[in-house]
Amino acid sequence: MSKGFKIAYKLGIIAVSILAVIFISSVILVVLDAPILKTFYTICIMPLTRSLHITEILIRAIPLAITAIGVSVAYRSGIINIGAEGQMAMGILAFTATALALPDVPRPVLLPFALLMAALSGGIWGFIPGILKAKLNVSELLSTVMLNYIAAQFYTFCLRVVMMDPAEKMSGGGTPQSMRLTENVWLSRISGRLHYGIVIAVVLAVLIYILLWKTTVGYKMRASGSGARAARYGGINVPLFVVASMVISGAFAGLAGGIEIAGVHRRAIEGITNNYGFSAVVVALFGGLHPLGILPASFFFGLMIYGSTLCPRQVGVPANIVDVMQGVIILVIVTSQMVLSDKYFQDRLWRKYQSFKKRKEA
Amino acid sequence: MDLVVNVLSMCIPFSVALLLASLGEMFNQRAGIFNLGCEGVMAMGAFSGMLVPFLVGHGGAVPMVYNALGFLLAGVIGALLGLLFGLVVITFRAPQGIAGIGMQMFGVGVAGTLFRYFVGGTQSVPGVPSFPIPVLSKIPVLGKIFFSHNIVVYLAFLFVLLSNFILFKTSWGLRVRAVGTHPRAADSMGINVTLTRYESLLVGGALAGIAGAYLSLCQAKMFSDELISGRGFIAVALVYFGHWNPYKIMLGALLFSLAQTFQSVVQGLGISFPYEFAVMLPYILVIVVLAFSSRDQKSAPASLGKPFNREIRT
Amino acid sequence: MDDKIRSLRMEHITKRFPGVLASDDITIEVGEGEVLALVGENGAGKTTLMNILMGIYQQDEGRILINGEEVRFRGPEDAFNAGLGMVHQEYMLVPNMTVTENVALGYKKAWKKGILDLNMVRSRIMEISEKYGLAVNPDAYIWQLSVGEQQKVELVKTLSLGARFLILDEPTSALTPQETDELIVLLKKMTDELSIIFISHKLQEVKALSNKVTILRHGKVVFNGNTDDYSPSEIASKMTGHEVKLPENNDEASHGDVVLEIKDLCVRGDRGNYALDGLDLSVRSGEIVGLAGVSGNGQKELAEAINGLRKIEKGEIALFGCEIGNKKPRSVIEQGMGYIPEERNIEGIVPPFAIRENLILKDVDQKPFSNKSFLKKEKVNENAERLQIEFDIRSAGINTQSGSLSGGNIQKLILARELSRGAKFITAVYPTRGLDLGAVEFIHKELLKKRKEGVGILLISEELDEIINLSDRIAVIYKGRIQKVLEKKDATRARLGILMAGVKEDE
Repeated sequence: MSKGFKIAYKLGIIAVSILAVIFISSVILVVLDAPILKTFYTICIMPLTRSLHITEILIRAIPLAITAIGVSVAYRSGIINIGAEGQMAMGILAFTATALALPDVPRPVLLPFALLMAALSGGIWGFIPGILKAKLNVSELLSTVMLNYIAAQFYTFCLRVVMMDPAEKMSGGGTPQSMRLTENVWLSRISGRLHYGIVIAVVLAVLIYILLWKTTVGYKMRASGSGARAARYGGINVPLFVVASMVISGAFAGLAGGIEIAGVHRRAIEGITNNYGFSAVVVALFGGLHPLGILPASFFFGLMIYGSTLCPRQVGVPANIVDVMQGVIILVIVTSQMVLSDKYFQDRLWRKYQSFKKRKEA
Repeated sequence: MDLVVNVLSMCIPFSVALLLASLGEMFNQRAGIFNLGCEGVMAMGAFSGMLVPFLVGHGGAVPMVYNALGFLLAGVIGALLGLLFGLVVITFRAPQGIAGIGMQMFGVGVAGTLFRYFVGGTQSVPGVPSFPIPVLSKIPVLGKIFFSHNIVVYLAFLFVLLSNFILFKTSWGLRVRAVGTHPRAADSMGINVTLTRYESLLVGGALAGIAGAYLSLCQAKMFSDELISGRGFIAVALVYFGHWNPYKIMLGALLFSLAQTFQSVVQGLGISFPYEFAVMLPYILVIVVLAFSSRDQKSAPASLGKPFNREIRT
Repeated sequence: MDDKIRSLRMEHITKRFPGVLASDDITIEVGEGEVLALVGENGAGKTTLMNILMGIYQQDEGRILINGEEVRFRGPEDAFNAGLGMVHQEYMLVPNMTVTENVALGYKKAWKKGILDLNMVRSRIMEISEKYGLAVNPDAYIWQLSVGEQQKVELVKTLSLGARFLILDEPTSALTPQETDELIVLLKKMTDELSIIFISHKLQEVKALSNKVTILRHGKVVFNGNTDDYSPSEIASKMTGHEVKLPENNDEASHGDVVLEIKDLCVRGDRGNYALDGLDLSVRSGEIVGLAGVSGNGQKELAEAINGLRKIEKGEIALFGCEIGNKKPRSVIEQGMGYIPEERNIEGIVPPFAIRENLILKDVDQKPFSNKSFLKKEKVNENAERLQIEFDIRSAGINTQSGSLSGGNIQKLILARELSRGAKFITAVYPTRGLDLGAVEFIHKELLKKRKEGVGILLISEELDEIINLSDRIAVIYKGRIQKVLEKKDATRARLGILMAGVKEDE
């Protein structure tokens, strides 16, 4: 097989994949009787035209990036974490509880401590499915989803009962939210609502890159993920690394939650997690499960998520269209990966191409 | 006593959506396909099921006709989504777990999008009325528990018997079991593995769609984003719990709907118990049940989750 | 189409797989009542060719003729209808179904409007089993049956579907020598009404059963002839293309210390039964002990138990005087154990990892490959480059994905890792299964070299020749116990066969 053909094959598959995503999304848009081109323009390009929009994109990219990096660590270790949504919620609760309990501790201590608590509680929420998988062979796909629902209920309960804003109680408004948190846990802002969480995200990406590819721990995690039996036969304690990767994954989601309220909302309200947990799975896959691919991927999905919020006004399409597109993107990514690695299919195309060439020459 | 009867009579109709979706998933898994997209298919079924009555229901058409059309549409849409999933995991052999997540996001996303466009807000539909079986429903206690439900409930429980028959007494069931356990053997016997797996996804998808429509037409009599809230995933878990056997799956579905009625029990007894914790109960139960049943998977179809390729020997 | 198959001809068959020409312009022919032996090394393309004949694969070029007429099989069903039937090397039986259900899968006459008539299938099975003297219980589940019984089921199944032409792919590979003899007698009887194609690389069987022989090498026909005209050694040299004399262990038996001592070992199998039930075995340093037995008698469980991969219920395993039963794999490895596992593709290597990464799988924490838990890339690469040359691992480079290598090269990679890290004991499980003779020769030489260096080796194999050639002593395993241990000089095929079948000699 010639090199040129191999490259053309890869590019061809990628092009077909992109077309497939556009096509399936367009079918839905046709049903909605929406202007197709304008909708794609609104989602993918319009937000890039104004700097205020760009900071809004970045704000969404930060939790996506941090969570997706965590998801990729678990994925590489052979466990698919779709429980980031719940882990993030638990992180937010821990962060809020810390801030509410110790409002007078100075910022250099309280902010890192509160973030640590957020990571810790997300980590615990990740530990549960990890240990269930390692010890009892419970499918993490199911247990993490269930833990999402449990966390969501617990979150509402805390905001409604335990942490509710005294002002809301007094006024009788009853909105489930905490009071505004002390300034000692705020992350400073760079421009607009954009905060220094972006720096944390980049640093974490580099750290995870080093962990996975430069250390023995990362080697063992990857070995556990891509060849569990060989790893076990090679003396690697596979369950340990599976659990560890889930703890890291959960901690990253929890941390993302903490950063999100430290930087953006500065109080716990409903809907902060905003489906980031599920989007992070898409981002992780789209970024090739590589921290340095996840950074641009999270910008792209931040763009889409933000762009979709402009849709109802601009083109009359519900913002949920972004969920549709994310679902399609997962399906298309996993499909195209299989086609890319399918030597049989590639071989068949190559032979067709050759006989086509021969016929042309003849 | 009244409370017990009330709870039990609620528990049976509550279990139907889980039961149907779970039986569908059982057919998928028996054929070797792990379909985590069930949640998304149920959402699409719930939406498309209520769409027909919503669009024509106020025009004075006969309720039975448009409700039936609602179920039909939900089944067809579910089956189509099953085929889409088949394209991804059978034809292209993508890993089934993550593809299922994609399917779930896709289904929930499309249902949410179309719902906002066509319906908008909370809009109720007349739904399927209950149909107490003459004579039987008059039996004290038992009548209320077993024979005072809507027609779909009775059909769903009859379908449990039918599922068992299909699986063990028909050639289709034989094919399904063979391709889920040893596809290479089935292939060498002239069974079309790909086709059989597609067929099982068609059936499984249709059942999940109908299960969704049951929620919107019989149970809630409306659609909302939270209508399914994890029932699709619970249905998948039930298949493990029920060891791929229709009767055990039925028991599981009843057990879970009992957990779902817990809120009403608490209210009925006048205990002050946080609402959120009552809602959590079924989800916690799933984890507990999985923790006890996942270790022992001797009856699991041996090729569950493994794509088949004639030309690649493993 | 109930006519006899008077002749079957495959003409100019060509089939390509990515990177391999599996069949290269092959022509074979079988007449009425004939038995054709299809002979060749592993990977020569025998099975591929038969899968094409059965419609499981489609040929890229060439055609198939039955009684002079061209036929096209789009799937196995077309082949059944034409009267062909195949018993595959790995049995094509669904384990959690009964014998009847397995036959029903192909017996479409019993699919009455979608509802199964299992009684019809059952009586068909009884009819066939009486006619050919193949006793099977139609209501038994496949998982309850022994390998020999499963093979009978396969034959009954194929015949029930109306086969008038049988294809048998290495039918004796899992049988004891005595069961093999029975099968050959049975097949000979069948040739009165059937033609047979018979794949094998065991030349005694070829001589005993076939009247024609076709030899394949690298996907090509290299020889055609009447079996009676050639001796087994002539056929063997045509099969490999040159005289191959596999290395033999002719040295004095070792008098070294006992390094592995197993006493009264009891271990449960996957189904919860006792797979090992009071097994005793010892291996000295500088000694190869061959473990002979029909597969499924506890070999896998034994290998896993002594490598810390399976829980033991009772008994002791001492390696260099140190108890290793129920220890973690890590501790067993640290005691000096090297392991060549059965399933090399998933147990021996991490498939997506590069060669250089797989070579340090057991030593990632050791110097010089890492320092304070950071990997040392140069050292890892140096190691890989050295071993790649030393062990002749053929690939595009040390960064090649290990999973993309051929079976022989994967096995060399595993061997390189296990032998180079200075293991003092080696458990080798089916180390040459499915490899071509060149690779077999290489692996045998390496094992003998290690033996000379004083390493103790437990060799688990299903190839009696391999065991007889290499071992100092041969232990026969049957139903989780050691039936008997024979010295090399006392071990003949016949004697081993009797022991493998579970017959005690002193009875």
